[in-house]
Amino acid sequence: MSNFEVRDNSYEAVMSRRNEIMKKAVGIDYADFESGAIAFDYEKMMKETGYTLEEIQKIQSQTSVGNTPIFELKNITELARKYAAPGKGARIFVKDEAGNPSGSFKERRAATAVYHAKRLGYKGVIAATSGNYGAAVASQAAMQGLKCIVVQECYDSKGVGQPEIVEKARKCEAHGAEVVQLSVGPELFYTFLRLLEETGYFNASLYTPFGIAGVETLGYELIMQMRERIGRDPDVVVATNAGGGNLTGTARGLIKAGALNTQIVAASVNLAGLHMASDTMFNKKSFTTGHTGFGVPFSTWPDRSDVPRSAARPLRYMDRYLQVNQGEVFYITEAMAQIEGLERGPAGNTALAAAFSLAQEMDRDQIIVVQETEYTGAGKHHASQLSFARNNGIEIVFGDPRTEVAGKSIVIPENPGMIKAVDLDMTKLRKSLIKNAVVNNKVTEVCDADVAFLAVETKTDEAFVRAALKEIL
Amino acid sequence: MAAKKGDWVRVHDTVLTPAQRAPQVPDDTKAVPLELWVKGIAENDAEMGETVEVVTLTGRRVSGELVEVFPTYSHSFGDYVPELLTISCQLRSILFGGDDNE
Repeated sequence: MSNFEVRDNSYEAVMSRRNEIMKKAVGIDYADFESGAIAFDYEKMMKETGYTLEEIQKIQSQTSVGNTPIFELKNITELARKYAAPGKGARIFVKDEAGNPSGSFKERRAATAVYHAKRLGYKGVIAATSGNYGAAVASQAAMQGLKCIVVQECYDSKGVGQPEIVEKARKCEAHGAEVVQLSVGPELFYTFLRLLEETGYFNASLYTPFGIAGVETLGYELIMQMRERIGRDPDVVVATNAGGGNLTGTARGLIKAGALNTQIVAASVNLAGLHMASDTMFNKKSFTTGHTGFGVPFSTWPDRSDVPRSAARPLRYMDRYLQVNQGEVFYITEAMAQIEGLERGPAGNTALAAAFSLAQEMDRDQIIVVQETEYTGAGKHHASQLSFARNNGIEIVFGDPRTEVAGKSIVIPENPGMIKAVDLDMTKLRKSLIKNAVVNNKVTEVCDADVAFLAVETKTDEAFVRAALKEIL
Repeated sequence: MAAKKGDWVRVHDTVLTPAQRAPQVPDDTKAVPLELWVKGIAENDAEMGETVEVVTLTGRRVSGELVEVFPTYSHSFGDYVPELLTISCQLRSILFGGDDNE
């Protein structure tokens, strides 16, 4: 090959070129939004590099993304009321995002990212993801005529792949993408950087402003649909939380629709105790996304993502964070299929399991909307996941889901009344974000602008931030 | 099975040896290499386990050990999970009264 450039491709050398590679691959100079040691101008970033809601609606409609239906889950609501106190048991609705071309809400992010890449003249897009986002980027690249590489963490060192991820590889290939599969480890990011350098493709990161702006239409549509249907805004919207983009984009869409009194609740599968970068633990989990192993670290430190400043900042919008166990999500997924006639993927039903529990705290005339579903199929199905777990030595039993130990057991509730979401401590999460901002930015002094920024970042006030800072500095 | 030039194949490569792995990696992961698999069209004939160069769907040239010729998918819905039938029967009984209502 001519034009051969000798580059140091050791792990350290590539990682040290990270910012330079990313600038070329995302087309954003994040320095434009930096202001203080901790603070940066989030809204300016969203405004200048993002698109307006109307523009995004237009972009998405060109590839048949969005405008998914909302279903009322009457039988699941009825079931929740059997276990609720008299007068309790809110109505549960779900936005059927599986209706997007590639089968998940992630296509809203992919549509804008791929559109943006094409507009800037990139020949292809690369996404680092083991999940629905890969399929979404592949589907969008197919429709918009760009090349596509999806990099996924798939196998343990014995070559055993998570069935859900293997299925996602198939789906990406079904849409013409090249799939690069890796064994377990955070150096996926290193391979990703090398591919960006080699190809000059666009980084279709989940965390760019256009990606997050793509989800705003979900929240906006949801409100418009509910106003038409029931004449008012829902009381609660529950979003499955991993990297934070789903919740952030949806919440921003709600605000743009003027739904200022709707509570935003996050939900994740509890995988406490499982190290996400561990080779031996990789196949001990039954959820590859929507779990606390991503949800908690990304909420408390969004800038751990693959871009310098993540546009997904869920603690800005989150009112509550509920945790459910694997067995509870599998139960509710089977219930969706059996009593609602909706066979959907388990990860997308994480929020539904939380909503089922939450509904029992709320009055009968109140409304909860679960804002997504995802497609299902071989590998990506609760039957596949349970079978895989059992074959990996995980004990599957009926019992009290609270006794489940991630990586050792899956405890399916003995009856639906045992599905009980557990609140994570929001004060602790917010303090953790403040601490991470101080530690990761290596600051010893915090200015007024930083305090104001951290108050917005944590949906608190300056007094809360100052008190938290006193414990750290 | 051997691969002929022009066949659709899957190759395997080592990206980082255990010694080259990132410092923050937990010990069990650091004990094993970072491995990679990718598919492409073979540029030369090769026996299983031999090095073959492939051209991937995006036109990249990648060399690796030949591990599969005409790769396909084998993931499935897994083995029968009896618990799911139990859930199904329970739900019908709670909501619709089971046999009593028939």
